[in-house]
Amino acid sequence: MVSPATGIGTFAWLLLALPVFSATVLLVGGRRTNAWGHLLGCATVLGAFGVGVALFVQELSLPAADRVRELHLFDWIPVNALQVGFGLRLDPLSLTFVLLITGVGGLIHVYSIGYMDHDRDRRKFFAQLNLFVAAMLILVLGNGFVTLYLGWEGVGLASYLLIGWYSDRPAAATAAKKAFLMNRVGDVGLALAIFLLWTRLGSVQFVDVFARIGQVDKPSLIAITLLLLLGACGKSGQFPLQAWLPDAMEGPTPVSALIHAATMVTAGVYLIARTSPIYNLSVDGRLAVVCIGTITLLIGSVVGCAYDDIKKVLAYSTVSQIGYMVLAVGLGPFGYALGILHLLTHGFFKAGLFLGAGSVMHGMHDETDMRRLGGLARYLPITFGTFFLAYLAIIGFPYLSGYYSKDAIIEAVFAQGGWFGAVFGGAAVLGAGLTAFYMTRLVIMTFFGEKRWKDLVAEDGEAYHPHESRAVMTVPMVLLAVGSVGAGAALAGGDRLARWLEPAVGSLREPTVATGMVPRPWVIGLTIGLSALGVLVAILAVGLRPTPVRRPVRVSLPIRAARADLYANAINEALIARPGIWLSRALVFLDNKGVDGMVNGTAALLGGSSGRLRRLQTGFVRSYALSMLGGSVVVIAALLAVRFA
Amino acid sequence: MSGGYLLLALLLLPLLGSVVVAPLRTSPRAAKAVALLFALAELVPTGLAWTEFSTTSAQRLQLRLSVPWIPAFGTSFSLGIDGIALVMLALTAVLVPVVMAASWEDKLPEGRTAAGFYSLVLLVQCFIVGVFAATDVFLFYVFFEVMLVPMYFLIGRFGGPLRQYAAVKFFLYSLLGGLIMLVAVIGLYVVSGQRLGSGTFDWPTLVRIAGTVPIPIQIWLFLGFFIAFAIKAPLVPFHTWLPDAGAEAPIGAGVLLVGVLDKVGTFGFLRYCLPLFPAASRQLAPLVLVLSVIGILYGALLAVGQSDLKRFVAYTSIAHFGFIGLGIYAFSTQASAGAVLYMVNHGLTTGMLFLVIGMLIARGGSRLISDYGGVAKVAPLLGGLFLLAGLASLALPGTNSFVSEFLVLLGSFPRQPVYTILGTVGIIFAALYILWVYQRTMHGPVRGAAVLAPEGPGAASDPAARKARFGDLSRREVAVLAPLVVLVVILGFYPKPVLDVINPAVSATMHEVGLSDPVGGPLR
Repeated sequence: MVSPATGIGTFAWLLLALPVFSATVLLVGGRRTNAWGHLLGCATVLGAFGVGVALFVQELSLPAADRVRELHLFDWIPVNALQVGFGLRLDPLSLTFVLLITGVGGLIHVYSIGYMDHDRDRRKFFAQLNLFVAAMLILVLGNGFVTLYLGWEGVGLASYLLIGWYSDRPAAATAAKKAFLMNRVGDVGLALAIFLLWTRLGSVQFVDVFARIGQVDKPSLIAITLLLLLGACGKSGQFPLQAWLPDAMEGPTPVSALIHAATMVTAGVYLIARTSPIYNLSVDGRLAVVCIGTITLLIGSVVGCAYDDIKKVLAYSTVSQIGYMVLAVGLGPFGYALGILHLLTHGFFKAGLFLGAGSVMHGMHDETDMRRLGGLARYLPITFGTFFLAYLAIIGFPYLSGYYSKDAIIEAVFAQGGWFGAVFGGAAVLGAGLTAFYMTRLVIMTFFGEKRWKDLVAEDGEAYHPHESRAVMTVPMVLLAVGSVGAGAALAGGDRLARWLEPAVGSLREPTVATGMVPRPWVIGLTIGLSALGVLVAILAVGLRPTPVRRPVRVSLPIRAARADLYANAINEALIARPGIWLSRALVFLDNKGVDGMVNGTAALLGGSSGRLRRLQTGFVRSYALSMLGGSVVVIAALLAVRFA
Repeated sequence: MSGGYLLLALLLLPLLGSVVVAPLRTSPRAAKAVALLFALAELVPTGLAWTEFSTTSAQRLQLRLSVPWIPAFGTSFSLGIDGIALVMLALTAVLVPVVMAASWEDKLPEGRTAAGFYSLVLLVQCFIVGVFAATDVFLFYVFFEVMLVPMYFLIGRFGGPLRQYAAVKFFLYSLLGGLIMLVAVIGLYVVSGQRLGSGTFDWPTLVRIAGTVPIPIQIWLFLGFFIAFAIKAPLVPFHTWLPDAGAEAPIGAGVLLVGVLDKVGTFGFLRYCLPLFPAASRQLAPLVLVLSVIGILYGALLAVGQSDLKRFVAYTSIAHFGFIGLGIYAFSTQASAGAVLYMVNHGLTTGMLFLVIGMLIARGGSRLISDYGGVAKVAPLLGGLFLLAGLASLALPGTNSFVSEFLVLLGSFPRQPVYTILGTVGIIFAALYILWVYQRTMHGPVRGAAVLAPEGPGAASDPAARKARFGDLSRREVAVLAPLVVLVVILGFYPKPVLDVINPAVSATMHEVGLSDPVGGPLR
């Protein structure tokens, strides 16, 4: 049941107003705000975090039955039966996201003060970060599909702006455009799902849709789940729309952290969890979700093994980890909580990893090629320490955050039993092993081994002088490391998160024990064992052998395929981009020569010759007057004829 | 009702302005100032009309005024507006002063004066008001035709290098459409004579008898009106005059042409085609829907392939008009309201895009996309407003166009899922054409013949050492765009006041067509 927001809940609009206010001031104020713009940007997001905490505390004080609340703000799009309201939905799911977005997002804001110190447009950067946070908050707080869509595309815009931050680099500009376009493909799915819901149910507000979803016929229901999934794929970088996410690394590193940890890519997971009343009714829809998640987690972890660019490896690691979350939310009632749990722990350790990578780049002339790094642990001790903890968390080292969330997902998949558990569980375990491999490889190549940068010069021609970052950057990293270590135990202990989310995503059912299921200790053992194997292989293959500074060219086919993103870009290029451009060119030709030529030809024919057409122009006013007169004569004649007929 | 005189004032004020401005040939400053004053004054009766108009009244047409004109032929000088006409009048009143301020420093072709230009703009405004406010079909036809004359001169005398060609093409197309419509207008008169004993051009009377007209006759008359409106709106395949006219027209006239004048076509669909020929509209809707969807996709793909900035805007408009056509002929109040709102929003956003591109071209002196690069670095404000106009054009949520495009698609889906899905795919193309042009002109390294100053001494061949030849937007240019920016954002979040005005009119139209909403059932 949904109740109206009261007390401090009526101030929830501040969550949106604060970052929007800051973004507006910074964009309209321009250079005048240079001196304090970044401070305003941070203060508003941290202020929003404060509001989020207050709402969270209030929510805890309410009985579970009253924890889904709505705050109506204004009528947005009213046309007869369609009444799109602009309002906020305050429930455990949205508030969880609010805390993640403003909390981790706030830390990234603070870190950016240091990271973007040298950029003369830093204030604009903060304006766009604020916009990003605001859009993401609208996405998770909106009380209907249209408000969700507003945030959905708003996030797309903010990512477009920030990925293209270094807009004078053609690669950045192209990556930004690509991100927006691939997102729009997903948006079409979301939009069509909304249209279908409207057609079947006559409303696009969550309250009505969830109450009446049972009336929808089965084919429509499957279509809705698949269309929503397409939307989720776009925003969350899931197969087949994953190719934009690694390119998005062209943006400044705090942006990557924001996109990958606190906002944007989590939106797809949020969408499926939010529309759980719909997915609960469709086994086929959930199976599609599980398939997409599994394919993506494998693609991500395979490609992650092949890259030498530290940010690209992390990007593919996100693709893969989001795959786990999507897999989890596809499992149904218990899975939603698991997916969100992994999303939260991932938010901590992935933000930590990206900020660590940014700190490495900051100290190393923006170098991202790991073949040119190495042995940095001693020079960047805080960065290394926090990075290493986040690394342990992501590979699922026992009792760190990732262990509680990722391993729980793998267990839950196996617990489904039968072919389902074997196929998808097997894939998830395999992914865990690959994750351990590529992450260990990344840590070794960056922080251990030879100092390969010693004899090299950076792109700007200077020698490398690695140095630790300032406190404004390291403090957020330390805080995130704390989260990487402790969040999992804190949230998973006693199913705390799952029970907290229950009012929002429906009653929890422990997965029923299916026949032929693999015993739980075996699953845990298998996961830890494969992960350990991954670490070991990485140590043997990368750690104990010298790493060539130049990337070996003659490599086996699988590595070549992985380096080419498993040919995702080539396929997009060949199937969509190039034929599209050809089609466009052909149509331009056709329109100029064909359609227009026909019109000019007809005109010329009517006029006797094209020369005469040209002559028409000289005495044009007269001829117009003549035709007007002729027309008038016809009219009057016709009128008279009718009158006296 | 006394409100009728407001419409008369709306009509006569620009006419008076035109007459006053025309003789000021020797003093361009005075001509501009006086013209702008008249255009701003027009906002007063527009605002009064908006407050006078009742959104709850059962009267479809309000602020009516009727003076006998040629009683022998059953035609009178009748004015009156419904919500659709009201929002179009408001759009016109907003855009005209913006266009005037935007054209303030335009370089005019040899022998042309500012007085001529501004006088013609005011004349166009007068006739457009007439088109939207007329409630007599013959009066409407007269305004519809006579509107061409000042626009022809604006393009043909003040436009770009190929202005003569473009103007003639525009004229011939429109004239052809107008003549076909004339035949249908006469036919309508004849038919009404058969039903009522004596013929009439009175729109409410014609609507009342519309249901009794045999379907074959309805279809012929419908086609007569439809072709004229489809040329004006332009729907594919009647569109080829627009890229030429849009590209060759001076920016100000181009904004009026695409922003307001072309809306007469879609306005005509709603005001004349649907209520006067309801059965024919229902039967021929698939034809229009196909043309609309082709327009959405075809216009978008052609926009992607353009190399000329102004032609690019023209093709994006063809895609947008496809959405409006889809919304009108999908027959639901959501889609129709969306289409009407689209007409307003398209005027604002495409107007803004056209103006920003005009400011870019005024600086670089070239219309070719390839002559620009990295402009956002040189002129960040210009770049930012270009992006905002582009985002509004691709209907990003939070901008005004989202509301209208969303309403059109959502409202069309229940009855026409296939066409709607195809139309929705169009939004990907929209993102492509906008962002690609933006990337090529605004992003990347600062380069391009239009951006960099010609090589001076010392600059040598190193492009990095060459200075950009132009700077950012002036205060006047920011002031020109500011009202549009404000409206784009406000109508993105709070379109309710406009929708409240539109809704009763589209509900009435749906009633006249004899259909009820596919979702939500019968209307009140």
